[in-house]
Amino acid sequence: MSGRPVMRGGITLAAIAAICTAMVALTFRLTEERIIANEQAWLERSLEPALSGLFYDSGVTESKIVVPPPHELPGSEAAIIYRVYAEDSPVAALFVVTARNGYAGPIRVLIGVDVAGTVTGVHVLEHRETPGLGDRVETAKSDWVVQFDGRSLVDPEMPGWAIKRDGGQFDQLTGASVTPRAIINAIRDTLVYFESQGEGIFAIPVATESDEGGNE
Amino acid sequence: MNASGLMSRLKNGLWFENPGLVQLLGLCPLLAVTSTFVNGLGLGIATLLVLLMSNTLVSATRRWILSEIRIPIYVLIIASLVTCIELIFEAFFPDLDRSLGIFIPLIVTNCAIVARAELFASRNAIGPSIIDGLAMGTGFALLLMAIGAFRELVGSGTLFSGIDMLIGGEATRGLVITDGGWLLAILPPGAFFSLALAIAAKNAIDRRQRKKSRDAMPRRPRALTK
Repeated sequence: MSGRPVMRGGITLAAIAAICTAMVALTFRLTEERIIANEQAWLERSLEPALSGLFYDSGVTESKIVVPPPHELPGSEAAIIYRVYAEDSPVAALFVVTARNGYAGPIRVLIGVDVAGTVTGVHVLEHRETPGLGDRVETAKSDWVVQFDGRSLVDPEMPGWAIKRDGGQFDQLTGASVTPRAIINAIRDTLVYFESQGEGIFAIPVATESDEGGNE
Repeated sequence: MNASGLMSRLKNGLWFENPGLVQLLGLCPLLAVTSTFVNGLGLGIATLLVLLMSNTLVSATRRWILSEIRIPIYVLIIASLVTCIELIFEAFFPDLDRSLGIFIPLIVTNCAIVARAELFASRNAIGPSIIDGLAMGTGFALLLMAIGAFRELVGSGTLFSGIDMLIGGEATRGLVITDGGWLLAILPPGAFFSLALAIAAKNAIDRRQRKKSRDAMPRRPRALTK
Protein backbone atom coordinates (compact mmCIF):
# COMPACT_ATOMS: atom_id res chain seq x y z
CA MET A 1 0.00 0.00 0.00
CA SER A 2 2.39 2.66 -1.14
CA GLY A 3 -0.25 4.48 -3.17
CA ARG A 4 -1.63 6.53 -0.35
CA PRO A 5 1.48 8.40 0.86
CA VAL A 6 2.39 9.17 -2.76
CA MET A 7 -1.08 10.57 -3.32
CA ARG A 8 -0.94 12.57 -0.12
CA GLY A 9 2.53 13.87 -0.93
CA GLY A 10 1.39 14.91 -4.39
CA ILE A 11 -1.59 16.78 -3.06
CA THR A 12 0.47 18.58 -0.42
CA LEU A 13 3.04 19.57 -3.00
CA ALA A 14 0.34 20.82 -5.37
CA ALA A 15 -1.39 22.80 -2.62
CA ILE A 16 1.84 24.45 -1.49
CA ALA A 17 2.81 25.18 -5.08
CA ALA A 18 -0.56 26.87 -5.60
CA ILE A 19 -0.17 28.98 -2.45
CA CYS A 20 3.37 30.00 -3.39
CA THR A 21 2.30 30.91 -6.93
CA ALA A 22 -0.53 33.02 -5.56
CA MET A 23 1.91 34.79 -3.25
CA VAL A 24 4.31 35.60 -6.12
CA ALA A 25 1.44 36.66 -8.40
CA LEU A 26 0.06 39.00 -5.75
CA THR A 27 3.46 40.59 -5.10
CA PHE A 28 3.96 40.99 -8.83
CA ARG A 29 0.61 42.72 -9.21
CA LEU A 30 1.34 45.08 -6.33
CA THR A 31 4.82 46.04 -7.51
CA GLU A 32 4.41 45.97 -11.31
CA GLU A 33 3.48 49.61 -11.78
CA ARG A 34 6.27 50.90 -9.56
CA ILE A 35 8.86 48.71 -11.27
CA ILE A 36 7.92 49.97 -14.74
CA ALA A 37 7.97 53.57 -13.51
CA ASN A 38 11.38 52.98 -11.92
CA GLU A 39 12.85 51.60 -15.14
CA GLN A 40 11.60 54.57 -17.14
CA ALA A 41 12.90 57.01 -14.53
CA TRP A 42 16.24 55.23 -14.45
CA LEU A 43 16.57 55.47 -18.23
CA GLU A 44 15.72 59.19 -18.24
CA ARG A 45 18.07 59.78 -15.34
CA SER A 46 20.92 57.86 -16.95
CA LEU A 47 20.70 60.15 -19.99
CA GLU A 48 20.94 63.35 -17.97
CA PRO A 49 24.72 63.36 -17.34
CA ALA A 50 25.31 63.62 -21.08
CA LEU A 51 23.17 66.75 -21.34
CA SER A 52 24.61 68.96 -18.65
CA GLY A 53 23.96 72.65 -19.17
CA LEU A 54 21.51 72.22 -22.03
CA PHE A 55 17.87 73.24 -22.15
CA TYR A 56 15.73 70.62 -23.81
CA ASP A 57 12.19 69.32 -24.11
CA SER A 58 11.23 66.44 -21.85
CA GLY A 59 10.55 62.98 -23.25
CA VAL A 60 14.02 62.42 -24.69
CA THR A 61 13.51 58.65 -24.58
CA GLU A 62 10.61 58.92 -27.05
CA SER A 63 12.93 59.97 -29.87
CA LYS A 64 14.91 56.76 -29.75
CA ILE A 65 16.30 55.12 -32.87
CA VAL A 66 18.12 51.83 -32.94
CA VAL A 67 20.93 51.48 -35.45
CA PRO A 68 21.43 47.80 -36.18
CA PRO A 69 24.88 46.52 -37.16
CA PRO A 70 26.72 46.93 -39.41
CA HIS A 71 27.11 50.64 -38.78
CA GLU A 72 30.00 53.07 -38.57
CA LEU A 73 29.51 53.75 -34.88
CA PRO A 74 31.83 52.07 -32.36
CA GLY A 75 31.05 48.49 -31.47
CA SER A 76 29.51 45.61 -33.35
CA GLU A 77 26.24 45.62 -31.40
CA ALA A 78 23.21 47.73 -32.17
CA ALA A 79 23.75 51.36 -31.23
CA ILE A 80 21.02 53.60 -29.86
CA ILE A 81 20.50 57.24 -30.67
CA TYR A 82 18.20 59.62 -28.79
CA ARG A 83 17.48 62.94 -30.44
CA VAL A 84 17.20 65.91 -28.12
CA TYR A 85 15.10 68.91 -29.06
CA ALA A 86 14.35 72.29 -27.55
CA GLU A 87 11.05 73.71 -28.69
CA ASP A 88 11.08 71.20 -31.55
CA SER A 89 14.38 72.22 -33.06
CA PRO A 90 17.33 69.82 -32.74
CA VAL A 91 19.79 70.53 -29.94
CA ALA A 92 21.86 67.42 -29.48
CA ALA A 93 22.02 63.70 -30.06
CA LEU A 94 22.76 61.06 -27.47
CA PHE A 95 24.58 57.93 -28.55
CA VAL A 96 24.66 54.69 -26.63
CA VAL A 97 27.57 52.81 -28.18
CA THR A 98 29.87 49.96 -27.28
CA ALA A 99 33.55 50.71 -26.79
CA ARG A 100 35.45 47.61 -27.78
CA ASN A 101 38.84 46.56 -26.44
CA GLY A 102 38.15 47.43 -22.86
CA TYR A 103 40.36 45.60 -20.37
CA ALA A 104 37.58 43.16 -19.52
CA GLY A 105 35.11 43.09 -22.36
CA PRO A 106 32.96 45.73 -24.01
CA ILE A 107 32.09 49.00 -22.29
CA ARG A 108 28.69 50.59 -22.88
CA VAL A 109 29.09 54.35 -23.12
CA LEU A 110 26.60 57.19 -23.40
CA ILE A 111 27.93 60.11 -25.42
CA GLY A 112 26.13 63.39 -25.93
CA VAL A 113 26.97 65.55 -28.95
CA ASP A 114 25.36 68.91 -29.67
CA VAL A 115 24.40 70.09 -33.16
CA ALA A 116 27.75 71.83 -33.57
CA GLY A 117 29.57 68.54 -32.99
CA THR A 118 30.76 69.37 -29.48
CA VAL A 119 30.69 66.76 -26.72
CA THR A 120 28.06 67.64 -24.10
CA GLY A 121 28.84 64.81 -21.75
CA VAL A 122 30.15 61.26 -21.48
CA HIS A 123 28.82 58.65 -19.08
CA VAL A 124 29.83 55.02 -18.75
CA LEU A 125 26.71 52.88 -18.46
CA GLU A 126 28.07 49.38 -18.18
CA HIS A 127 31.51 47.84 -17.85
CA ARG A 128 33.49 45.05 -16.25
CA GLU A 129 36.74 46.89 -15.70
CA THR A 130 38.92 46.24 -12.66
CA PRO A 131 37.55 47.81 -9.47
CA GLY A 132 39.82 50.60 -8.29
CA LEU A 133 41.67 50.92 -11.61
CA GLY A 134 39.64 50.98 -14.81
CA ASP A 135 36.38 51.59 -13.03
CA ARG A 136 37.36 55.19 -12.36
CA VAL A 137 35.82 55.98 -15.74
CA GLU A 138 32.51 55.82 -13.85
CA THR A 139 31.14 59.23 -13.03
CA ALA A 140 30.44 58.08 -9.48
CA LYS A 141 34.07 57.10 -8.87
CA SER A 142 36.07 59.95 -10.39
CA ASP A 143 35.61 62.89 -12.74
CA TRP A 144 37.86 61.51 -15.45
CA VAL A 145 35.10 61.73 -18.07
CA VAL A 146 34.58 65.44 -17.44
CA GLN A 147 37.65 66.30 -19.55
CA PHE A 148 35.69 65.47 -22.71
CA ASP A 149 32.99 68.08 -22.13
CA GLY A 150 33.19 70.80 -24.74
CA ARG A 151 35.69 68.93 -26.91
CA SER A 152 35.14 68.28 -30.61
CA LEU A 153 36.97 67.00 -33.67
CA VAL A 154 38.80 70.34 -33.99
CA ASP A 155 39.62 70.51 -30.28
CA PRO A 156 41.92 68.65 -30.34
CA GLU A 157 42.68 67.82 -33.97
CA MET A 158 42.73 64.16 -34.90
CA PRO A 159 46.09 62.93 -33.54
CA GLY A 160 45.23 64.53 -30.21
CA TRP A 161 42.38 62.08 -29.57
CA ALA A 162 44.49 59.73 -27.48
CA ILE A 163 45.86 59.52 -23.97
CA LYS A 164 48.99 61.52 -23.17
CA ARG A 165 51.12 58.40 -23.02
CA ASP A 166 50.24 57.77 -26.68
CA GLY A 167 51.00 61.36 -27.62
CA GLY A 168 47.46 62.62 -27.27
CA GLN A 169 45.83 65.34 -25.20
CA PHE A 170 43.80 63.41 -22.65
CA ASP A 171 44.67 62.25 -19.16
CA GLN A 172 45.05 58.55 -18.57
CA LEU A 173 44.16 56.85 -15.31
CA THR A 174 46.97 55.72 -13.05
CA GLY A 175 47.41 52.01 -13.54
CA ALA A 176 44.89 51.81 -16.35
CA SER A 177 45.48 52.87 -19.92
CA VAL A 178 43.51 50.23 -21.81
CA THR A 179 40.14 51.44 -20.54
CA PRO A 180 40.74 55.16 -21.30
CA ARG A 181 42.06 54.26 -24.76
CA ALA A 182 38.90 52.29 -25.54
CA ILE A 183 36.64 55.11 -24.41
CA ILE A 184 38.56 57.87 -26.20
CA ASN A 185 38.38 55.89 -29.43
CA ALA A 186 34.65 55.39 -28.97
CA ILE A 187 34.08 59.12 -28.46
CA ARG A 188 36.21 60.04 -31.44
CA ASP A 189 34.44 57.54 -33.72
CA THR A 190 31.06 58.76 -32.56
CA LEU A 191 32.03 62.35 -33.38
CA VAL A 192 33.22 61.27 -36.82
CA TYR A 193 29.92 59.46 -37.39
CA PHE A 194 27.92 62.47 -36.25
CA GLU A 195 29.85 64.74 -38.59
CA SER A 196 29.31 62.38 -41.53
CA GLN A 197 25.56 62.16 -40.89
CA GLY A 198 25.00 65.81 -40.15
CA GLU A 199 21.43 66.95 -39.66
CA GLY A 200 20.26 63.68 -41.20
CA ILE A 201 20.22 62.06 -37.77
CA PHE A 202 17.31 64.25 -36.76
CA ALA A 203 15.30 63.33 -39.84
CA ILE A 204 15.17 59.57 -39.21
CA PRO A 205 11.72 58.47 -38.00
CA VAL A 206 11.41 56.91 -34.53
CA ALA A 207 12.12 53.19 -34.43
CA THR A 208 9.36 50.64 -34.10
CA GLU A 209 9.48 48.64 -30.89
CA SER A 210 10.01 45.36 -32.72
CA ASP A 211 13.62 45.93 -33.71
CA GLU A 212 14.71 46.93 -30.26
CA GLY A 213 17.70 45.02 -29.03
CA GLY A 214 21.03 45.19 -27.34
CA ASN A 215 19.88 47.93 -25.00
CA GLU A 216 20.64 47.95 -21.27
CA MET B 1 9.48 29.45 25.50
CA ASN B 2 11.00 31.13 28.51
CA ALA B 3 13.24 34.15 28.57
CA SER B 4 16.49 32.22 28.92
CA GLY B 5 15.56 30.03 25.95
CA LEU B 6 14.95 33.16 23.91
CA MET B 7 18.27 34.65 24.96
CA SER B 8 20.16 31.51 24.07
CA ARG B 9 18.45 31.38 20.62
CA LEU B 10 19.49 34.96 20.00
CA LYS B 11 23.02 34.39 21.24
CA ASN B 12 23.33 31.30 19.04
CA GLY B 13 22.25 33.13 15.91
CA LEU B 14 24.34 36.21 16.53
CA TRP B 15 27.46 34.55 17.84
CA PHE B 16 27.87 30.89 18.81
CA GLU B 17 26.24 29.43 15.68
CA ASN B 18 26.52 32.45 13.40
CA PRO B 19 25.72 31.14 9.89
CA GLY B 20 28.66 32.93 8.29
CA LEU B 21 31.28 32.90 11.03
CA VAL B 22 30.78 29.44 12.51
CA GLN B 23 28.68 27.35 10.16
CA LEU B 24 30.37 28.94 7.13
CA LEU B 25 27.12 28.81 5.17
CA GLY B 26 26.10 31.23 2.45
CA LEU B 27 29.69 32.15 1.67
CA CYS B 28 29.10 32.81 -2.02
CA PRO B 29 26.97 35.96 -1.51
CA LEU B 30 28.95 36.83 1.60
CA LEU B 31 32.20 36.99 -0.33
CA ALA B 32 30.77 38.43 -3.54
CA VAL B 33 28.72 41.45 -2.47
CA THR B 34 30.60 42.74 0.54
CA SER B 35 32.72 45.25 -1.37
CA THR B 36 30.79 48.07 0.32
CA PHE B 37 28.87 48.46 3.56
CA VAL B 38 25.64 49.36 1.77
CA ASN B 39 25.77 46.26 -0.45
CA GLY B 40 26.34 44.12 2.62
CA LEU B 41 23.45 45.79 4.41
CA GLY B 42 21.13 45.38 1.41
CA LEU B 43 21.82 41.70 0.93
CA GLY B 44 21.76 41.22 4.70
CA ILE B 45 18.26 42.67 4.95
CA ALA B 46 17.03 40.61 2.00
CA THR B 47 18.47 37.39 3.46
CA LEU B 48 17.07 38.18 6.90
CA LEU B 49 13.56 38.70 5.49
CA VAL B 50 13.68 35.48 3.48
CA LEU B 51 15.02 33.49 6.43
CA LEU B 52 12.41 34.90 8.79
CA MET B 53 9.52 34.14 6.45
CA SER B 54 10.77 30.73 5.35
CA ASN B 55 11.21 29.65 8.97
CA THR B 56 7.68 30.85 9.72
CA LEU B 57 6.11 29.07 6.74
CA VAL B 58 8.06 25.86 7.18
CA SER B 59 7.18 25.71 10.85
CA ALA B 60 3.52 26.50 10.18
CA THR B 61 3.18 23.72 7.60
CA ARG B 62 5.41 21.16 9.32
CA ARG B 63 2.49 18.92 10.42
CA TRP B 64 1.28 18.32 6.86
CA ILE B 65 4.58 17.77 5.16
CA LEU B 66 5.74 14.19 4.60
CA SER B 67 9.41 13.85 5.27
CA GLU B 68 9.96 12.35 1.78
CA ILE B 69 8.97 15.54 0.01
CA ARG B 70 10.19 18.09 2.52
CA ILE B 71 13.18 19.29 0.53
CA PRO B 72 11.23 20.14 -2.67
CA ILE B 73 8.71 21.95 -0.50
CA TYR B 74 11.42 23.98 1.25
CA VAL B 75 12.91 24.89 -2.10
CA LEU B 76 9.48 25.91 -3.40
CA ILE B 77 8.76 28.08 -0.38
CA ILE B 78 12.20 29.70 -0.36
CA ALA B 79 12.21 30.34 -4.12
CA SER B 80 8.79 32.01 -3.97
CA LEU B 81 9.82 34.17 -1.04
CA VAL B 82 13.00 35.25 -2.80
CA THR B 83 11.04 36.16 -5.93
CA CYS B 84 8.69 38.31 -3.83
CA ILE B 85 11.59 40.00 -2.07
CA GLU B 86 13.28 40.69 -5.37
CA LEU B 87 10.13 42.31 -6.78
CA ILE B 88 9.81 44.42 -3.65
CA PHE B 89 13.45 45.53 -3.85
CA GLU B 90 13.02 46.34 -7.54
CA ALA B 91 9.98 48.45 -6.73
CA PHE B 92 11.28 50.29 -3.68
CA PHE B 93 15.09 50.18 -3.84
CA PRO B 94 15.75 49.98 -7.59
CA ASP B 95 19.35 51.23 -7.38
CA LEU B 96 20.26 48.83 -4.62
CA ASP B 97 18.64 46.02 -6.59
CA ARG B 98 20.74 46.96 -9.61
CA SER B 99 23.87 47.06 -7.51
CA LEU B 100 23.26 43.63 -5.92
CA GLY B 101 22.26 42.20 -9.29
CA ILE B 102 22.14 38.44 -9.48
CA PHE B 103 22.84 37.98 -5.76
CA ILE B 104 19.25 38.69 -4.75
CA PRO B 105 17.81 35.83 -6.85
CA LEU B 106 20.74 33.71 -5.68
CA ILE B 107 19.51 33.90 -2.08
CA VAL B 108 17.53 30.80 -3.10
CA THR B 109 20.76 28.87 -3.11
CA ASN B 110 21.96 30.21 0.25
CA CYS B 111 22.23 26.96 2.17
CA ALA B 112 21.93 28.80 5.48
CA ILE B 113 18.22 29.15 4.73
CA VAL B 114 17.54 25.50 3.85
CA ALA B 115 19.68 24.51 6.83
CA ARG B 116 17.49 26.47 9.26
CA ALA B 117 14.33 25.06 7.66
CA GLU B 118 15.62 21.52 7.97
CA LEU B 119 17.41 21.72 11.32
CA PHE B 120 15.12 24.04 13.23
CA ALA B 121 11.84 25.22 11.74
CA SER B 122 10.65 21.74 10.72
CA ARG B 123 11.04 20.54 14.32
CA ASN B 124 9.90 23.51 16.37
CA ALA B 125 6.79 25.57 16.95
CA ILE B 126 6.22 28.86 15.14
CA GLY B 127 7.35 31.13 17.99
CA PRO B 128 10.84 29.69 18.43
CA SER B 129 11.19 29.33 14.64
CA ILE B 130 10.53 33.04 14.14
CA ILE B 131 13.08 33.88 16.84
CA ASP B 132 15.56 31.51 15.25
CA GLY B 133 15.06 33.06 11.79
CA LEU B 134 15.44 36.53 13.25
CA ALA B 135 18.58 35.62 15.19
CA MET B 136 20.30 33.72 12.38
CA GLY B 137 19.31 36.33 9.78
CA THR B 138 20.55 39.18 11.93
CA GLY B 139 23.77 37.32 12.65
CA PHE B 140 24.35 36.86 8.94
CA ALA B 141 23.40 40.46 8.12
CA LEU B 142 25.70 41.88 10.79
CA LEU B 143 28.58 39.84 9.44
CA LEU B 144 27.88 41.06 5.89
CA MET B 145 27.82 44.64 7.16
CA ALA B 146 31.01 44.24 9.17
CA ILE B 147 32.93 42.71 6.28
CA GLY B 148 31.45 45.25 3.86
CA ALA B 149 32.47 48.16 6.08
CA PHE B 150 35.97 46.75 6.58
CA ARG B 151 36.59 46.09 2.88
CA GLU B 152 35.19 49.46 1.85
CA LEU B 153 37.25 51.30 4.41
CA VAL B 154 40.49 49.53 3.55
CA GLY B 155 39.90 49.17 -0.16
CA SER B 156 38.32 52.48 -1.16
CA GLY B 157 38.89 54.66 1.90
CA THR B 158 35.18 55.43 2.20
CA LEU B 159 32.28 54.34 4.37
CA PHE B 160 28.56 54.21 3.55
CA SER B 161 29.07 55.04 -0.11
CA GLY B 162 25.82 54.57 -2.02
CA ILE B 163 23.69 54.92 1.10
CA ASP B 164 21.33 56.95 -1.11
CA MET B 165 20.28 53.64 -2.69
CA LEU B 166 18.59 52.76 0.60
CA ILE B 167 17.42 56.04 2.04
CA GLY B 168 17.05 58.13 -1.10
CA GLY B 169 18.59 61.50 -1.84
CA GLU B 170 21.58 62.48 -3.92
CA ALA B 171 24.03 59.85 -5.09
CA THR B 172 26.93 59.94 -2.67
CA ARG B 173 30.35 58.45 -2.15
CA GLY B 174 29.64 58.42 1.57
CA LEU B 175 32.19 59.48 4.12
CA VAL B 176 35.44 59.90 2.27
CA ILE B 177 38.18 59.10 4.76
CA THR B 178 41.16 58.77 2.46
CA ASP B 179 41.27 59.11 -1.29
CA GLY B 180 41.72 55.59 -2.61
CA GLY B 181 42.86 52.68 -0.55
CA TRP B 182 44.48 49.32 -0.61
CA LEU B 183 42.85 47.94 -3.72
CA LEU B 184 43.28 44.29 -2.80
CA ALA B 185 40.59 44.59 -0.15
CA ILE B 186 37.79 45.17 -2.67
CA LEU B 187 39.03 42.51 -5.10
CA PRO B 188 37.88 38.90 -4.55
CA PRO B 189 40.96 37.81 -2.53
CA GLY B 190 40.22 40.65 -0.12
CA ALA B 191 36.88 39.02 0.62
CA PHE B 192 38.58 35.81 1.70
CA PHE B 193 41.16 37.66 3.79
CA SER B 194 38.46 39.71 5.49
CA LEU B 195 36.37 36.66 6.33
CA ALA B 196 39.46 34.88 7.67
CA LEU B 197 40.24 37.89 9.87
CA ALA B 198 36.66 37.95 11.14
CA ILE B 199 36.74 34.25 12.02
CA ALA B 200 40.13 34.61 13.67
CA ALA B 201 38.87 37.56 15.69
CA LYS B 202 35.84 35.59 16.83
CA ASN B 203 37.98 32.65 17.90
CA ALA B 204 40.34 34.93 19.77
CA ILE B 205 37.48 36.58 21.63
CA ASP B 206 35.98 33.19 22.50
CA ARG B 207 39.30 31.94 23.82
CA ARG B 208 39.75 35.01 25.99
CA GLN B 209 36.24 34.58 27.36
CA ARG B 210 36.90 30.94 28.22
CA LYS B 211 40.16 31.79 29.90
CA LYS B 212 38.52 34.54 31.89
CA SER B 213 35.74 32.29 33.13
CA ARG B 214 38.33 29.65 34.06
CA ASP B 215 40.38 32.21 35.97
CA ALA B 216 37.28 33.50 37.69
CA MET B 217 36.50 30.10 39.17
CA PRO B 218 37.31 29.88 42.85
CA ARG B 219 40.63 28.15 43.35
CA ARG B 220 40.99 25.20 45.55
CA PRO B 221 43.13 25.86 48.55
CA ARG B 222 46.61 24.63 47.89
CA ALA B 223 47.62 21.48 49.61
CA LEU B 224 50.20 22.11 52.22
CA THR B 225 53.07 19.94 51.20
CA LYS B 226 55.86 21.78 52.82
